[in-house]
Amino acid sequence: MQASGGATRRQFLKQAGCLLGGALAGVPGMAAASTGGKHCLADVQYPFYGERQQGILTPQQSYVYFLVMDLAVEELNVMREVFQTWTSYAAQLTQGRNVRPYGENQFVPPIDTGEADDLSAYGLTLTFGISPSFLKKLGLQKRAPKEFQDLPLFARDQLRPEWTGGDICIQSCANDAQVAFHAVRQLVRVARANVTMKWSQAGFISADRASDTPRNLFGFKDGTANANTLKEPEKWLWVSEPDWLRGGTYLIVRKIAMHLETWDRTSYREQVRTFGRDRATGAPMGYGKDEFEPLDLSRKDARGQAVISEDSHSALANATGRQMLRRAYSWSDGIHPRTGQFDSGLLFLCYQKSPQQFIDIQSALGNVDRLNEYITHVGSGLFACFPGVREGEYLGQRLLGA
Amino acid sequence: MHTFNKLALAVGVSAMMAFSAPAMAAVDLSAETRAYREFVIGQIDELEKGTRQFAEALRAGNVAEAKRLYPRIRMYYERSEPIAESFGDLDPRIDAREADLEKDQIWMGFHKIEKILWTQNTTKGTEETAKKLLDDIKELRAKVPTVEVTGELMVQGAVDLLNEVSTTKITGEEEIFSRTDLYDFRANIEGAEKIFELLKPKLKEKDAKLVQTLEQRFAAVNALLDRYKVGEQDYKPYTDLSEADTRQLAEAVNKLGEPLAQMGVLLAP
Ligand code: HEM
Repeated sequence: MQASGGATRRQFLKQAGCLLGGALAGVPGMAAASTGGKHCLADVQYPFYGERQQGILTPQQSYVYFLVMDLAVEELNVMREVFQTWTSYAAQLTQGRNVRPYGENQFVPPIDTGEADDLSAYGLTLTFGISPSFLKKLGLQKRAPKEFQDLPLFARDQLRPEWTGGDICIQSCANDAQVAFHAVRQLVRVARANVTMKWSQAGFISADRASDTPRNLFGFKDGTANANTLKEPEKWLWVSEPDWLRGGTYLIVRKIAMHLETWDRTSYREQVRTFGRDRATGAPMGYGKDEFEPLDLSRKDARGQAVISEDSHSALANATGRQMLRRAYSWSDGIHPRTGQFDSGLLFLCYQKSPQQFIDIQSALGNVDRLNEYITHVGSGLFACFPGVREGEYLGQRLLGA
Repeated sequence: MHTFNKLALAVGVSAMMAFSAPAMAAVDLSAETRAYREFVIGQIDELEKGTRQFAEALRAGNVAEAKRLYPRIRMYYERSEPIAESFGDLDPRIDAREADLEKDQIWMGFHKIEKILWTQNTTKGTEETAKKLLDDIKELRAKVPTVEVTGELMVQGAVDLLNEVSTTKITGEEEIFSRTDLYDFRANIEGAEKIFELLKPKLKEKDAKLVQTLEQRFAAVNALLDRYKVGEQDYKPYTDLSEADTRQLAEAVNKLGEPLAQMGVLLAP
């Protein structure tokens, strides 16, 4: 089963037929997940080669393993080799194969770590990005577009150095957590001498149907406005200059702690006011019936008050007139040692044509967003994601090529 | 310890492991394995000599001298662990940490003495343990020549030495009272490097790039360790290292470990 680079949700639905039916009704403990004994999402497969990197427009898979690395060796020819190897590895892994066939010599460690030996592709995508410091360390700063600079500090940021910055990122998404992790593990292992792991985050997000907008840990549908962004992808998403990044995009990652206990003490009405959307339907608050109805920020009630609270998250973001593609995942990492609360949040991943889109929106959220009371930004990164790779080429070739 | 259980097994069982049947090493490593055996015997000779001095210092009530000797003589043991630890009955008697003890197991060996020396600052109560330790080390010395050293044992031993560093030295759980972990750390690295040095000429013929990589990686780890050296033979307490320092060390060890395991290319049929 293959889907093209810009697979729509509808295509995806067709491939993952089990989502529409296929359930073995009545078998306890065997819900929708089985078709003919095999997991219905096992054979979903996206081509690695193409105009765009996968994992951006790809229908959002259920799991992410996101890794940020630093360069251990600041040499261009070494990093070129690393990206060549990663290209060939990623081309295998995303097709549900091990990085290379096992060798004969049993006195050396196996070439693949093996935990995905009996697992298919599960819609695995691997998306690679590099940061401004990557360019600087390799003496390529002249190639950096001028908007490609470290993000400014925003109001209320509590960024921790261990989760901020870094030189390279890999976003691994799949419909199986083990498949997503396995892929990153192989990529790190082969490059271990030349990169050092800085931080990583595993995440999850789910919906029954691929056509449903998944909900975040605050119980709200998250990603509704992406539909607007995707109406004008050239305007909001794909970079046109410089040459090495044409057809690529900027990824911004924010590790955001969400204070679940505080949120759970918040009334339904206040929750709705916080996001400016109805919790049950995801529709604009106050008047909307349908999730995808446009937000009408000018609408007033009988007393002349804005129907959608002006300091709600959606209103503030929408009023900037900017759009971005959001592809966030929830995380939940046990109990916070100091507070005894859930240590959870959102791995906020968004893609845009220029980092300025993020800067404008985050600045608007600033101190005023009602949501701020319940969240804290603790990690951050800005990466340029290369355009897609054609067969015979390697990732970043137009930047790293001799 | 711990990490070596599987090696102890490999020493005895490797010959019968089903999959190794066709894997008769094509390269003749008899000179290398002989040299390694001699190296380990030499180390255990020194260990025995050092332990005798150590026991005397303890008997004489010389706390300072005992503390000075303790980490240095342990290095002979740590360097030769691929073989020294392969005697499943002796290792727990010589090298058990308090945390390793099973219920009702009587604690003896180096770390018991370590605890008394550093927490009570006395030699009292160590004399018996020291005597027994010396006996056990003599027994070790007698047994070492019986080990059949193979190329596989050497390669796996080098990797296990690194694994030992990664799992118990980096975490600082080996010398919890004396904080002399860096001595053990260095000795483990030296033990692995010795094996590499012995295999190097043959390895070069098979994979010159691997040899070059390994030389660089050993140099990187050693350069980091040198930062914490005091005088010719001693090291700073492990507690002096910041979290960033230990992370840097851990990463250098990992970067060495991956290519080190590739020394197995020598053993391919
Ligand atoms: C934990 C933190 C966050 C949570 C829980 C969250 C959740 C949401 C939710 C529920 C919506 C409404 C549905 C939708 O359109 O997807 C939304 C909209 C949006 N959010 Fe967030 N968000 C968070 C952080 C951010 C950040 C850091 C940014 C960017 C700086 C951002 C940008 C946006 C944008 C652009 C929209 C769409 C606004 C529009 O309708 O035009 N969000 N968010």
